[in-house]
Amino acid sequence: MMKPTAQPTVEEVGTRMVLGPQPRRRSVGSALAGIVRFARLSPAGTISALFLILIALVAVFAPVLTPYDPLAGDYSITRHAPTLQHLMGTDDLGRDVLSRIIDGARITMLVSVTSTLIGGAIAFLWGVASGYLGGRFDMLSQRIIEVLMSFPTLILAMLLLISMNAGIQPVIIAIAVTQVPGATRIVRSAALTTRSLAYVDAARCLGASPIRIMLREIAPQCLAPFFVVLTLNLGSAVFAEAGLSFLGVGVPPPAPSWGNMLGGVLAASFRPSWWLVLFPGVAITLTVMAANLFGDALRDFLDPRLKQQVS
Amino acid sequence: MSQYLIRRVLIAIPTIFGITVLIFLAMRVLPGDPIAVISSETSGTFVLSPEQVAAARASLGLDKPYYVQYLQWMGDVAQGNLGESFWTREHIVDLILRRGPITAEIAIIAMVVSWILGVPAGIISAVNRDTWLDFFSRGLITVFLAIPSFWIGLIVVLIGVIMFDWRPPLTISYPWTDPIRNLEMVVGPGLALGVGLAAATARLVRSTVLEVMNDDYVRTARAKGLAEQSVLWGHVLKNAMLPVITFSGLAFSGLLGGTVATETAFGVPGLGTLLVQGLNSRDWMLVQNMVLLFGLIVTVTNLLVDLSYGWFDPRIRYQ
Repeated sequence: MMKPTAQPTVEEVGTRMVLGPQPRRRSVGSALAGIVRFARLSPAGTISALFLILIALVAVFAPVLTPYDPLAGDYSITRHAPTLQHLMGTDDLGRDVLSRIIDGARITMLVSVTSTLIGGAIAFLWGVASGYLGGRFDMLSQRIIEVLMSFPTLILAMLLLISMNAGIQPVIIAIAVTQVPGATRIVRSAALTTRSLAYVDAARCLGASPIRIMLREIAPQCLAPFFVVLTLNLGSAVFAEAGLSFLGVGVPPPAPSWGNMLGGVLAASFRPSWWLVLFPGVAITLTVMAANLFGDALRDFLDPRLKQQVS
Repeated sequence: MSQYLIRRVLIAIPTIFGITVLIFLAMRVLPGDPIAVISSETSGTFVLSPEQVAAARASLGLDKPYYVQYLQWMGDVAQGNLGESFWTREHIVDLILRRGPITAEIAIIAMVVSWILGVPAGIISAVNRDTWLDFFSRGLITVFLAIPSFWIGLIVVLIGVIMFDWRPPLTISYPWTDPIRNLEMVVGPGLALGVGLAAATARLVRSTVLEVMNDDYVRTARAKGLAEQSVLWGHVLKNAMLPVITFSGLAFSGLLGGTVATETAFGVPGLGTLLVQGLNSRDWMLVQNMVLLFGLIVTVTNLLVDLSYGWFDPRIRYQ
């Protein structure tokens, strides 16, 4: 018990994943072999990955897949329990819940994936620069990250949303910002470890510029922990979107998102409809669970040492 | 110890300064100040003439330079004056004092639930590693880590309404005025938040116990013939619990964020619902000071966690 925390901290995870210089190009064959190895190591992770791909496909083909128009109400069948015609029932305006879940996948995934990618891209560049350059830049970066981390995720997002107009874009930006500090820390710790490796010194001796060293030597080493963080962040982005939209400050109606479908369902009547509460929540839970399991499996796959220690 | 204490407190000062600056920038300098949003042609709720806009801006001090506005805000906060709600004209301090106890109760219940459920689950899982007990508890952990606590809240209220004709009370009652109604109000959100936190706690406990069980001194304890029970209680758990204390402290931030959505799901009048109301009615003074309050609570909690860690683990102090 020499370390203050037995569960590896985010920094430790980032640090441990630095493996030393690796071949830059990989053939299609070795990529396939990697996938097979992953599937064998973690069946749960593979199922989760397939589930995420399925959700992504549903999101992309949502306009074709929806049995009804997700926005068109039918006032003759408002708040109808699930039937064969409407498998998940209808909502207050008689809109088909299944169609709204499918179309909601499109919007929820659009928001979550984009914000994760934007936040991740910023975090990657920032973390590499902060870890490699060190000094004052790193010092200042660390302070800024501490400030961002002083707010609970939802509250930071709400703070950013109040001065922006309603829409999907502000929600994406707000969630992206909440993703930056955690991811930056992990990338930074990987960059810190890499910086002191001999081959980086060699590059420096050969006269490579700092930019070149960061891009060609440091950045590739940070990719493994970065992908793990990205996957886990996808789950937290779905969480954040659900929370914000549920509270009425996220994706604005009438467009469906899994979060805003849950907003106000209990206040709408004295006899709330269970199908309006159940299905969007199940969609959120399954997706977050898949992202978490896939992220965990990816971490074990990329760093077998961690797997042995805390499986 | 005192040196460690002073150093750690000093680090918190720039963080608090940064928090205030970030809030200020987000509220004022980002395009679209509160009045612009309220009266915007596309999404605003009010149509204001240019003179009315100017008057409203002046009443909020928005016509002054940024640094003056910032210093005024800081001066007010230092004097304990958080201003008043833009719409109801209630003092924000009064609002916070009235609703604060409810949110505090919810947070405490959630914390306690997370220990009562999470710690034993983690220990059982680790001790019976790779048995069906372990798989079962790991399955539960995975599921509960992925369920939004506000959704648990919605389900609880839904079941309450449909099966028991029960809804959580909507008006505030305190433990010292009406304990039963107060419990009706806080137990639900506390449990909903607590089970999610319990899952995270259990996962951490499981991995720390597993790690500690591989340590040398545990092997020594076994080698000298101690019963497995004494090894577990006397040697393993003592050290495995340290990270849990830290985690609980740090999880407090997530807990506060979680109260916002969970209180709303139950319709409980706590600080979280206050923030949501403020946000939806563009009550910017309220939002600004509420966010500051949340930021300060998290910073102070982190500080206390670090200090307590220095207390529990002497090695930290001398680093």
